[in-house]
Amino acid sequence: MEIVRPDSVAGVLDALASHPDALVLAGGTDTMVLVNAGALRPEYVISLRHVEDLKAWNARFIGAGVTYARLEESEIAALAELSRTVGSPQIRAAGTLGGNLGTASPAGDALPFLAAVDATIELVSKHGSRTMPWDEFLIGPKQNALEPAEIILGAHLPDDMPWRTAFAKIGVRQAMVISIASVCVTRNEAGETTVALGAVGPTVLRARRAEMMVSAEKDPDEAALDEFQRLVSEESRPITDHRSTAEYRRMAVGVLARRALERCLV
Amino acid sequence: MTTRADTEVGVAFGVGESAPRPDGIPKVTGHFAYASDLHAQDMLWGATRRAPHAHATITSVDVGPAVAMPGVHAVLTYDDLPAERFQGQIVTDQPVLADGTIRYWGEVVAIVAADDPTTARAAADAIEVEYEYLDPLTDVDEALAAGEVLREAVAYRGVRDVHGAVVVEATYETATQDQAPLGNEAGIAIPDGAGGIDVYGPTQWTHVDHEQIVACLGLRPEEVRVHPTGLGGAFGAREDLSLQTHLCLLALQSGRPVRMVFGRAESFAAHVKRHAARMYYRHEADLDGNLVRVEAKLLLDGGAYSMTSPAVVANAVGFAVGPYRCPNVFIDGYALRTNNPPAGAMRGFGAVQTGFAVESQMDRLAEELGMDPLELRLLNAIGPGDVLATTGQVITEPLPTREVIESVRAMPLPEDSISSDVRDLPGGTGLTTPSSVVVRGVGYAVGFKNLAFSEGFDDFAEARLTLTPVGIDIHTAAIEVGQGMVTVLEQIARTVTGVESVRVVFDHTSQIGSAGSTSASRQTQMTGGAVMRAAEQLRTEILEHYGAEALSNDGVWRNGELVVSLVEACLEREFSAHVRHRHQETDEPDENGQGNLHVDFAVSAHRAVVDVDPVLGLVKVVKIDTAQDVGFALNPMSVIGQIEGGTMQGIGLAIMEELVIDHGVVRNASFTDYLLPTFLDAPPVEAVLIEQPSSWGPFGAKGFAELPTISSTPAVVAALRAATGKALTRVPVRPEDIAF
Ligand SMILES: Cc1cc2nc3c(=O)[nH]c(=O)nc-3n(C[C@H](O)[C@H](O)[C@H](O)COP(=O)(O)OP(=O)(O)OC[C@H]3O[C@@H](n4cnc5c(N)ncnc54)[C@H](O)[C@@H]3O)c2cc1C
Repeated sequence: MEIVRPDSVAGVLDALASHPDALVLAGGTDTMVLVNAGALRPEYVISLRHVEDLKAWNARFIGAGVTYARLEESEIAALAELSRTVGSPQIRAAGTLGGNLGTASPAGDALPFLAAVDATIELVSKHGSRTMPWDEFLIGPKQNALEPAEIILGAHLPDDMPWRTAFAKIGVRQAMVISIASVCVTRNEAGETTVALGAVGPTVLRARRAEMMVSAEKDPDEAALDEFQRLVSEESRPITDHRSTAEYRRMAVGVLARRALERCLV
Repeated sequence: MTTRADTEVGVAFGVGESAPRPDGIPKVTGHFAYASDLHAQDMLWGATRRAPHAHATITSVDVGPAVAMPGVHAVLTYDDLPAERFQGQIVTDQPVLADGTIRYWGEVVAIVAADDPTTARAAADAIEVEYEYLDPLTDVDEALAAGEVLREAVAYRGVRDVHGAVVVEATYETATQDQAPLGNEAGIAIPDGAGGIDVYGPTQWTHVDHEQIVACLGLRPEEVRVHPTGLGGAFGAREDLSLQTHLCLLALQSGRPVRMVFGRAESFAAHVKRHAARMYYRHEADLDGNLVRVEAKLLLDGGAYSMTSPAVVANAVGFAVGPYRCPNVFIDGYALRTNNPPAGAMRGFGAVQTGFAVESQMDRLAEELGMDPLELRLLNAIGPGDVLATTGQVITEPLPTREVIESVRAMPLPEDSISSDVRDLPGGTGLTTPSSVVVRGVGYAVGFKNLAFSEGFDDFAEARLTLTPVGIDIHTAAIEVGQGMVTVLEQIARTVTGVESVRVVFDHTSQIGSAGSTSASRQTQMTGGAVMRAAEQLRTEILEHYGAEALSNDGVWRNGELVVSLVEACLEREFSAHVRHRHQETDEPDENGQGNLHVDFAVSAHRAVVDVDPVLGLVKVVKIDTAQDVGFALNPMSVIGQIEGGTMQGIGLAIMEELVIDHGVVRNASFTDYLLPTFLDAPPVEAVLIEQPSSWGPFGAKGFAELPTISSTPAVVAALRAATGKALTRVPVRPEDIAF
C-alpha cells in the first residue's frame, strides 16, 4: 500500500489521474472502519489531511475538509447542533463534511442541513469544476454523483441564509449513535420554512408539502403544527431494519420536525 | 532497619482496604499483555470459515482452492478431526467443526493456518462450501412443541389447587444480551515438539477446557497444558470453548505455533449469549398481600447446542420466585434447542431473566392490591431461618433481604427538577426533547441469586502458597478476567501472614489442580477461601519451625527480634502449603426440584430514577441507588467497581442491549449497532454496602458481583412503567414500546 499526502487540490487531482482507483482519505472515520473490517483493501491512498484549500470555511462556503469539531463552533444553529451529535470527540476531531458527502449515507447527519438550506456541492477534477444542487449530488443510498478522478471541494450556502435553523436526531443512546431519524428545519423572517429528513428514506428528503403548508402560516397555531407534523410523517419514506421500525421512524420524524420548527418559532 | 513497631501496625493493603490492583497501572499504560498480544517464533495465523445460515445441510465442501494457496499450512474440516468430534462442558454435543449440518449462524465449517493473517483469511474464504437451506427453528414455544428440550428443571412445592384472592398473570420476555467483553477472542497454541501442546486462550476455567481439548485431540492429559492469558472481560462469554480446540488442531497439524485474533464481528459469532426467555407467570396472594401460590413456565432459548444451558435453566427456576415466602410453587423451566446462536453463561446466569419477570409481577401484584410495592416485598421477604420458596431449603446464612430494601428506600432521591443540560435529557445532544415534555419515574427492584455451584456439584478450589526470598507466591488456576480477584487474593494472604510482598502466579493445568470457574460469584469465597487456609497453614508452619510469633516482608520475628530473613528461611528449606477448599455439600434436586440445592445466596436492591420523553419513547436514567449484600467488603473500591459495572450491564439490558436475530441470523454484530451504554448514558450510582459476615467466606466476604446486574434491569423498567403507565413486559424496552 502506498500513501501520498499532497498539499494542494492540484496535487490531489494529479495523484488521482495517475491512480484512478485510489482511495481518497479525509478523516478516515468511514473508510478505516471498512479497512478494519477487511471490506476495503486500498493499494493507493491519497490523504487530504494536508490540503489547506479543502479546509476553507466562511459564511458562504464550507470546505470538504472542515471537521465537525470546527463546525460545532458555527454560528448557524443547526450546523453547530448537528456537528455536536456526530460520534464522539475523537470522531468529530477527524470526521469531515466532505466525508459525509462522500459516504452519502441516508443517515449522514450533515446532509439534512445541506438539503434544508439548498446547498450546492462543488466538485473538481482535472477538467475543471462543476457545482450542482444537493439533490443532484445525493442520488441514492450511499450513492453520489462523484465521477472517477473527481473530488468534493465543498458546499456552498445561499446568500440569504434563513433566519432560524434547528437540527434534531434520534438514536437509542445518548451519544455515539447512528440516526434512526433526523431533521433539519429552517425558517426565515417571512415565514418561509424548509424541512429536510434524514434516515427515513433512501437519501435525505425534503418534506415539500409540509413546507408549503407551514410557510403560509405567519404564526402557526397548534392546529397548523399538528398538520405540519402529520405531513412530515406522511412524506417520509422509512424502512424497517435492525435499528428501528418504519412505523416508529414515520411517527418520530414528524414529532422531531414539529419540535424543531417550534424552536425556530421562539 | 525494621523495628518491632512495623509488625504491630499491621500489614499494608490487607483485607478491608482499597488495595490497588497489581495489574492496574500496566493496564492503563498499555503494558499489560492481553490474549491478542501473544506471539511465538515461527507462528502461523489461523482463520475460520463460518456458515452464513442458521440452518442448512452442507452439500459439498472443497478445500482444494485453499490448500493450493501458497503460504497455507493446514486446512481442516470435520472429516479431519482426529479423536472426539464433539465438545461441551456439560453435554458433549457441539461438533468441533460442522458435522454436515449447520445449526446456527456462524458455526465453524473449516479452519486454516497460513503464514500471515491476510493469507489465512483469503484461504478460508477460498474454500468452496455449498449449502441446502433448511427452515430454522427460532421460537421457543415451537421448540417446546417439537420436543427440542435441552433440559427441563422444575420446582414443585405445596398444593396445586390452593388459590389466592388476588391474581396477576402476565408473559414476560427478555431478548438476547451479549456479554460484549472489550477483549475479542484471541489465543495461541504452541506444539511442544514431543507431540504435546500448550494453549493460551480466553477462558474462565482452564481445567474444564482441558478435559474437552484433551478428548478432541486424542492426547494424554499431561500432553495438553491449558494456560491462562490476559483477558479483557468475560461475563460468562468464556465459560465455553471458542477457538482453543481449533488452535490446537491447526498447530498439531502444521507443527507450528498458530495464533488467532478475532475481530468484533467474529467475536459476536464466537461466544455464547445470554438466553433470550419467554416467561409465563401467575402470582396469587391473599388480600393482605401474602403470596399464596406462584406458577410459571419458563422457556429459555438455548440455541443450537447445550453449552451451560442445563445449569442456567436450573438457576432460572431456583430464583423464579425471588427472595419471597410462598408455600405453593409450581415452576416448569425448559432450556430449548433452536437454531439461534448458542446461549450459555452471562452474569446473573438465569436469575436475570426470572428476576425481571418476578419483580415485574411483584409490582403488578402491589398495584392490584393497592399496596406500596416495597411494603409488599417486605411483607413476603425471606431471611435466615426461612424457607426458599422454590427448593424448600432453609436459609442458614445471613440474607439481608429486608435490609437491602429498607436501605435503598432510605437513600435520598435526586431533586425533582428536570435538568437543563441537554446531555442529561432523554435524547441527549440529539436535541429531541424539550424539558417541558419530560416525565419522571421512580422504580424499585430486588435481586436474588445463589453463590458458587449448586445441585450437588463437587465444587472446590486449589491454592498453593510458597515462601520466596522476597515474599509469598500464591499459585492458582483461578482466572482473573478483570474482576479484581488478583487483588483480593493478595489482600487475604497479606492479612493472614503479615507479609506484604505477595503476588499471584497464574498456573497452567499441569501445575496445579482446578480452581473451578470464575463464575457464579464464587472465586472470592472459593479460591479466596483456599488462599486463606493455605496462608494460615504456611504461616503456622514457618512460625512453628522457628518458634516465632510474627512474619513480615523482612522475615520471621520472635519476641520483637528478627530471627531470620525470608532469604535465609528459603535457603534453609522449602515452606509451602497446598489446600483444596470445598464449600458445604449441596443436594441434587429430587423429582420435584426439592433439596438443599444451593450453598448460599445474596440479595440486592436497586432504585432507578428515569426521565422519559413519552412521545418519542426516549429514556435517560437519571440516578441509580443500590444496596448490596456483600458479607464483608474485602476491597471497597473493587466492590464499588463491580456494582457500577454490573448496574450498567443491567441498564443496558433494560433499555438498549439486544442482539437482533432474524431467522437465526444476527443483524447487528458490531458495536455500531449492538448498543452498549456510553459514559453519557451512565447515571451516578450511589451504593450502600450491607455487611453481614458469611460463615464460610474469607473474613465473612460473600460473592455478590452478579447481583447488581439482576436488580438494576427490573428497577429501571419499574421506573419506566411509573413514568409512562405502560405495561412494558419485554426488555430491552425500545422507543416504540413506549411511544405506541
Ligand atoms: C464511531 C463512529 C461514529 C460515527 N458517528 C456518526 C454520526 O453520529 N453521524 C454521522 O453522520 N456519521 C457518523 N460517523 C460516520 C463518519 O464519521 C462521517 O460520515 C464523517 O463525516 C466521515 O468523514 P471522514 O472525513 O472521516 O470521511 P472518510 O472516512 O475519510 O471518507 C468517507 C468517504 O468519503 C470520501 N471522501 C472524503 N472526502 C472526500 C473529498 N473531499 N472528495 C471526494 N471524496 C471524499 C472517501 O473517499 C470515502 O469514500 C461515525 C463514524 C464512526 C466510526
